[in-house]
Amino acid sequence: MIVPLPAFVAIPLGTAFLLPVFAKRGKAVATVLANLATISLLVLAIASIGQTRVYEIGKWSIPLGINLVLDGLSSLLLLAISVVSAAAMLFSIRYMEQYTAKAKFLCLFLLMVAGMNGVALSGDIFNLFVFLEIASLASYALVGFGCEHEELEASFKYMVLGSIGSIFILFAVALVYGNTGSLNMAYISKAIQSSGLNRGLTFALALFVVGFGLKAALVPFHAWLPDAHPSAPAPISAMLSGILIKTLGVYALVRVVFNIFGISVSMGWLLIALGLLSMVAGAFLAIGQWDFKRLLAYSSISQLGYVVLGIGLGGLIIARDGNLAWASLAILGGLFHLVNHAVYKSLLFLTSGSVQMSTGTRQMKQMGGLAEKLPVTRATCTVASAAVAGIPPFSGFWSKLILVIAAIQAHFYWVAAIIVFVSLCTLIMYLKVQRYVFLGELPENLQEIKENRGSMLVAMVSLACLCVLMGLLLTPCLRSSILDPAVQVLTDGVLYSANVIGM
Amino acid sequence: MLYALCFLLFMIGLYCAVVKKNMVKIVIGIMVMEYAVNLFLIMLGYRFGGIAPIVDKGQLDLETGQIAAGFLNSSVDPLPQALVLTAIVISLGSLALMISICIRTYEKYGTFDITQIRRLKG
Repeated sequence: MIVPLPAFVAIPLGTAFLLPVFAKRGKAVATVLANLATISLLVLAIASIGQTRVYEIGKWSIPLGINLVLDGLSSLLLLAISVVSAAAMLFSIRYMEQYTAKAKFLCLFLLMVAGMNGVALSGDIFNLFVFLEIASLASYALVGFGCEHEELEASFKYMVLGSIGSIFILFAVALVYGNTGSLNMAYISKAIQSSGLNRGLTFALALFVVGFGLKAALVPFHAWLPDAHPSAPAPISAMLSGILIKTLGVYALVRVVFNIFGISVSMGWLLIALGLLSMVAGAFLAIGQWDFKRLLAYSSISQLGYVVLGIGLGGLIIARDGNLAWASLAILGGLFHLVNHAVYKSLLFLTSGSVQMSTGTRQMKQMGGLAEKLPVTRATCTVASAAVAGIPPFSGFWSKLILVIAAIQAHFYWVAAIIVFVSLCTLIMYLKVQRYVFLGELPENLQEIKENRGSMLVAMVSLACLCVLMGLLLTPCLRSSILDPAVQVLTDGVLYSANVIGM
Repeated sequence: MLYALCFLLFMIGLYCAVVKKNMVKIVIGIMVMEYAVNLFLIMLGYRFGGIAPIVDKGQLDLETGQIAAGFLNSSVDPLPQALVLTAIVISLGSLALMISICIRTYEKYGTFDITQIRRLKG
């Protein structure tokens, strides 16, 4: 089935603008419509697997008009976005009853999805910036959705750093346009290959790294994330940690570095350094946290480090003209970890939302013994914790295993050692969650709480099933249709331009 | 020279956004950065003594569909102007959101000083 590419942006965008029409009375209609939109996006994303196409908006041919490009990496991202957003949307049917203005919430949610889908598909660098801003603005507003002290403070912090990141990206886009005379990614890449990097372009690359690094919350740029992610409502925390930082940060950075500028040895080392720093610092900061969602947020920084490390390692091997099979294994590990992390971290944030809704607190010291009261939440949280800590049959184990194998194969033994060590720290922090939230004594004021029902459980259980089954993505059949094309896009590097122009 | 001044404006904005303690001043700093980038984009496409990039009948050879070389050599580049229009709209949206968050924060905390708005730590 040939999927019309603009539908990925048009469906959520159209629904988003339709929703505010249903104010208070049509809340049920608005909820159903929003869920229909996310589920139809999921169907479209599954239908688009394995396709590689270029769509020219308004039939303007490539260097003149804006184009959308669907390739392996984009379709992997689209799949992850639609899975997480469908689950978060299901969860918010019930969860968002606590807040007023649900229709506005759904509208902002869908705007964010539209922006992310646009970033994943865009083949034009300025268009990428526009979609990135749509998604970011929606997420700033969603972080402050509760309008309480903490939410507003976190939202302002996020917004200042996010806006600075966006302006850096816009500046870099301007520099690239000034130096290559094109905004189309494929043509920029061709121009850079023929003329080489001059000083302006190198400066633009540095600005891109800082800008996308701010969006991805890699360690020197991570200050906003531990405030913003816990302050948002739980389904939004799941979206932000699960997929937003990956689409706006890691995906966009990787696309620019690998496919437009072409990977170099120093760039590979930079990515590895950012990845290692995020992994170690995120893990250490997470262990000390007593706020449930804050711990999860720091853990996101740490897990994102794995993704960047894997991709950077692959890039370094490519840039050194090393063994291509080793490089693609490292990149496979990184991308597989990206998808895994999207599933289990969004599940963890949803369970934290369920706990928060039942107990009314996020402080782990005030909880305990919830295993009996919240059996389903407990079970799904344990599955997700096992996955994030990398315990065998669950998904996180496979991606970490691939990363370790790739690092050893490429003779980066110390990198492999750090991966295993951080994995151990992750295990400690999730044992802490299990111990203080679900085991131990039940405090007196929590005797009366009940498990949440309905759509929240459906969302959590379906994500937990995915956590268990994600390992199947490595079976040859699924791997060759979903993961390998994505890895191929990165190992091909600047050949991307020839592929796009040739189509 | 002009580019250096533009970059200086960018750095002033960045300095203001990073160093100032008042929320509204931070927002102003971000907007100064935004304007510096917009100015940079406009300057990229501008040429001194250039003409507006609108083709009229005199410059278009109707039979071949070719545009006169004189027009191509003297008109300014219209693309950055379109980009700047888009960027201005985006920055207007983010400015409105930032200011409204500032106002809501002021209602809650009674101050714009970010050193006193510190409930989130760790």
